[in-house]
Amino acid sequence: MIEVVRKGNSRPEMVINMGPQHPSTHGVLRLEVTLDGELVTHVRPHIGYLHRCFEKYAEKMDDYSKVTPYTDRMDYVSAINQEHGYAIAMEKLLSIEVPDRVEHIRVIMAELQRIASHLLAVGTFGLDLGAFTPFLYVFTEREKILDIFEKTSGARLLYNYICVGGLMRDVDEDFKKDTAEFVRTFRPKITELQDLLSYNSIFIKRTANVGILPEKVALNFASSGPVLRGSGVKWDLRKNDPYSIYDRFDFDIPVGKGEVGTLGDCWDRYIVRVHEMEESCKIIEQALESMPDEGDVQQNVPKKIRTKPGEIYSRTESPRGELGYYIISDQSSKPFRLKARTPSFVNLSVLPAISRGSLMSDLVAIIGSIDIVLGEVDR
Amino acid sequence: MGLLDKKYHDSNIIIVNLESALNWARKSSLWYEQFGLACCAIEMMATAASRYDFDRFGIIPRSSPRQADVMIVAGTVTMKMASRIHKLYEQMSEPRYVISMGSCSNCGGPYWEHGYHVLKGVDKVIPVDVYVPGCPPRPEALLEGFLKLQEKIMNETLVEKKDPAIEKE
Repeated sequence: MIEVVRKGNSRPEMVINMGPQHPSTHGVLRLEVTLDGELVTHVRPHIGYLHRCFEKYAEKMDDYSKVTPYTDRMDYVSAINQEHGYAIAMEKLLSIEVPDRVEHIRVIMAELQRIASHLLAVGTFGLDLGAFTPFLYVFTEREKILDIFEKTSGARLLYNYICVGGLMRDVDEDFKKDTAEFVRTFRPKITELQDLLSYNSIFIKRTANVGILPEKVALNFASSGPVLRGSGVKWDLRKNDPYSIYDRFDFDIPVGKGEVGTLGDCWDRYIVRVHEMEESCKIIEQALESMPDEGDVQQNVPKKIRTKPGEIYSRTESPRGELGYYIISDQSSKPFRLKARTPSFVNLSVLPAISRGSLMSDLVAIIGSIDIVLGEVDR
Repeated sequence: MGLLDKKYHDSNIIIVNLESALNWARKSSLWYEQFGLACCAIEMMATAASRYDFDRFGIIPRSSPRQADVMIVAGTVTMKMASRIHKLYEQMSEPRYVISMGSCSNCGGPYWEHGYHVLKGVDKVIPVDVYVPGCPPRPEALLEGFLKLQEKIMNETLVEKKDPAIEKE
């Protein structure tokens, strides 16, 4: 759908419709792009093609625990992190203490999921820019993580594993061994990925100095996660507002440094994800060491959740940024209102600001570097 | 192709039923329309990637509906998306097939009851050949769906059979 608009004596502008069926929009995002020649003058994202009524479902389910599967389906690439956030919010609301073993398993699973999610983000980012081989390599590694998840929770993608107060079931006996083995074999693969994609000169040409997001703009748009850290802001909720047991572990927060281009360009956002995978490996190793061997994972799971009238806002760091749950409870067994503050939706709003003046072909790189999941944008 | 190259290399005449030759060619290169909507799209990508490897069945992703033979509807179809799906289906050239992947596109899935914005089954807007159940289906399930589609293609005839429902009237 191409439309040419001429305003007065000015040069004609072309309006191009990108999506909702487009391989590089990571789902069903629709962009209305206004072009002057090949330069983008304005981008208008149209969302709502995957609105799946999450909030309505949260209000209609007859129990708090039945909301968990729907949180999975919000950000389907990092389901464990969504469940973790919801479980933490509910535990705060009900003031439930969670056993140490459960906390450790949750952290290990969440970090494995973070690696899997970043692998997918990095792989599809390369795919968007024409690099097909890294996509196959990262999926090989991702399948190994999914094997561990499958052994533990029984599902490959949407787990419904972390429940309010504990876990659905205990991990199997090989869990520690499998995870340690995975981390050991995964470390060299990051170096391989660096050689294959990160410092590939074509890749650098496509991403360096493209879609520069200055620190001030990033903060003004309330962006979070790798998008914010790519602009050089050291902000990670695991360090700045520790939840669960993240304060016990020693890890760094990687930030963009403008290594091959300007600070806050697409390459910086990409490299933050790659370094974060290394940090996640560190956390997993430490958690595996300090994880208690014995303990009932369901001892603090409430049989029936009863709440008092109240409200809670709880935030966690999902692979895409700050994930918040705002729950208003009444005396019934289901939430009166449940709002999810999802990082992808907020991060997407920077797109018009940073793509102005860039080339049409660079728009693909910018969308890929923001790494949105449309299930989370539309909910 | 090994069979054609090696076994029949000196005499290049093969006597075969035209229908089965056409169907054999058709089923061996099913190019699918990359149409990821939601969660199932990730599993569709996993099926195309290294471990499960779609390519060995001649199944290759295409980005344009005009180059595709089969459309995998992978994910939740919303009301806003339904008209787009119909338009994309019409853009595909004949013969065209549709695989509905996952509970959401089969019947609405977990969004069946209160999903005010979810279409309860993609078969309300386009005809579906194979339904793959699951939420999301495993890659093996999607492969099985393709094998079922290949079976269906092998049983096709050049002469259109009358729909038994129409014949009754």
